[in-house]
Amino acid sequence: MHREDPLIIAGRSFQSRLLLGTGKFASHQQMAEAAEVSGAEIVTMALRRVDPGANQGNILDLLDPEQYLFLPNTSGARNADEAVRLARLARAGGISDWIKLEVTPQPSHLLPDSVETLRATEILVKEGFTVLPYMQADPILAKQLAGAGAATVMPLGAPIGTNRGLQTRDAIALILQEAEIPVIVDAGLGAPSHAAEALEMGADAVLVNTAIATAEDPVAMAKAFRLGCVAGRLAYLAGRPAARASAEASSPLTGFLGES
Amino acid sequence: MNDLIHAIDTIPFGEMIVRAECADERAVREILRKEHRDRWDLAVLLSPAANHLLEEVARAAADLTAQRFGRTIRLYAPLYLSNECVNVCTYCGFRRDNDVARSTLNADQIRSEARYLSAQGFRNILLVSGEHPKWVNQDYLCEAVRITRELVPQVAIEVQPLTTPGYEATVKAGADGVVVYQEVYDREHYASYHTHGPKKDYDDRLLAASRAADAGVRRLGIGTLLGLAPWREEILALATHAAHLYRRFGQTEISFSFPRIREAAGAIEPRYQVNDRQLLQMMCALRLVFPDAGIVLSTREAPSLRDGLSRIAVTMMSAGSRTEPGGYEHPDESEKQFEIEDHRTPAEVTAMLASQGIDPVWKDWEEALHG
Ligand code: SF4
Repeated sequence: MHREDPLIIAGRSFQSRLLLGTGKFASHQQMAEAAEVSGAEIVTMALRRVDPGANQGNILDLLDPEQYLFLPNTSGARNADEAVRLARLARAGGISDWIKLEVTPQPSHLLPDSVETLRATEILVKEGFTVLPYMQADPILAKQLAGAGAATVMPLGAPIGTNRGLQTRDAIALILQEAEIPVIVDAGLGAPSHAAEALEMGADAVLVNTAIATAEDPVAMAKAFRLGCVAGRLAYLAGRPAARASAEASSPLTGFLGES
Repeated sequence: MNDLIHAIDTIPFGEMIVRAECADERAVREILRKEHRDRWDLAVLLSPAANHLLEEVARAAADLTAQRFGRTIRLYAPLYLSNECVNVCTYCGFRRDNDVARSTLNADQIRSEARYLSAQGFRNILLVSGEHPKWVNQDYLCEAVRITRELVPQVAIEVQPLTTPGYEATVKAGADGVVVYQEVYDREHYASYHTHGPKKDYDDRLLAASRAADAGVRRLGIGTLLGLAPWREEILALATHAAHLYRRFGQTEISFSFPRIREAAGAIEPRYQVNDRQLLQMMCALRLVFPDAGIVLSTREAPSLRDGLSRIAVTMMSAGSRTEPGGYEHPDESEKQFEIEDHRTPAEVTAMLASQGIDPVWKDWEEALHG
């Protein structure tokens, strides 16, 4: 959309503010079509699903690596050590040294472990990875992760796969107020209006998988999310009144009072 | 007394069954609207009223399955190591008093069976065996796991209950999953079917999954064999077992199986038949109460039923299975544990899944995740 309004992550510039998860689609073909229509430039995939020897091909075979940045995730890792091992594997396999860090000790709800996520981020950043951690919507943790060298923070909107939208809205607003790195809302966004809401608030991007992949028509839903993101970002840039409350006003209403 | 044994022995079956029998359609619909459901809700979902509303119940279950697991089904294959057995389970063809051709695979045979499955695309193998202290001991099992892990990333075992150190050894050898069905949760029925051998010990078997979780096993499969006891009570007990494991071992993935008893050489006829509609009903009910639990469907069920169930609640399927040791490379030389119903090849099954809008997932595991 806005050539003049790129999303910049670790020095790389992207036009789209929608990241697409690939794990839940009915077929590789359908995922590829949805990716195309969504306008996404970053697609995530689970390292544990990657199989170089697969008879039936891998999920990303149909995607052009020139068009997309493949962002492997560490899904399945229950602690920092497992996540770090997965990340090293991705690098050794020539897949990527960008890593979407997921450390989820409990298979139900898949909530991220804050302590282990921070620890893994520290290790991986030292090893030269570009780390995008999935995290609880916790403003303090966001600062700590940024301090550890994370390229973005990815707070959850609601537990993965619940489609419940921005349940963590207030905490995300606090993260946004102080963020110096991009904030990507990940997990739980069930409708394009949720994505729009996140971007209206000033989130830099969103990541969506379940809501698109499990829609009756995933390709149409991918388009709807693309438009939701565009609308949300435009609204943010246009200075939606409620959003401005926490942003700096361009000409202060009380400026006439002078310094006291 | 052990918590789990206590929980299983104090299930208020009487009240739960009354709850199920009195439930009307309104009660079922109310539960479908809930976000979190408990075992009393499960009882209602197993009711005649829910059976009557099965289409609605199935829709809710299918939506939840898609949300949590996506439009995918994971594939696995059983690899039978041995049909030697010292137990008498009266429903099983491998029972020790059955005069059948017995064999135990050696290392080369295990390797060649695993290689066969790997070439077909499988990346997840379930090693299955009868119970025999001489032929299928701890060292043998660990060796079998190691050999299989050389060829595929994900290996689980379905063998006799082991001790905690025994499970630790198999985890060290490379297994990440343990499948141990209680077979029958009702104690009286359990005793009547398990007449000889170490498997007579109900409590030891019941606690096996907990020992495995203690030993660091990540995936637990629990289940009941349908046809041996009244099915509602069995499913309520299975759910109680799962709820206990979820509470105690939050880090562990749990999956359910409830195969219906098939005829096998020299085995008894099932006394408590379950029809297809009831099978679907219990799958949906468990899905709605345990949104994140896996539900496994073997080739014991017929193709048309498997195709239908795969769209609703199933998360994991076997395909092209052989249930005799060495059966992939050398079919029909040993006795099978049971007859399978779905004889389609893995390629045919995955084509069926694809045609229904389901992505077959062969690999869902990575070496690096072994702690
Ligand atoms: S069910 Fe298992 S333990 Fe029982 S007789 Fe068959 S192989 Fe042996």
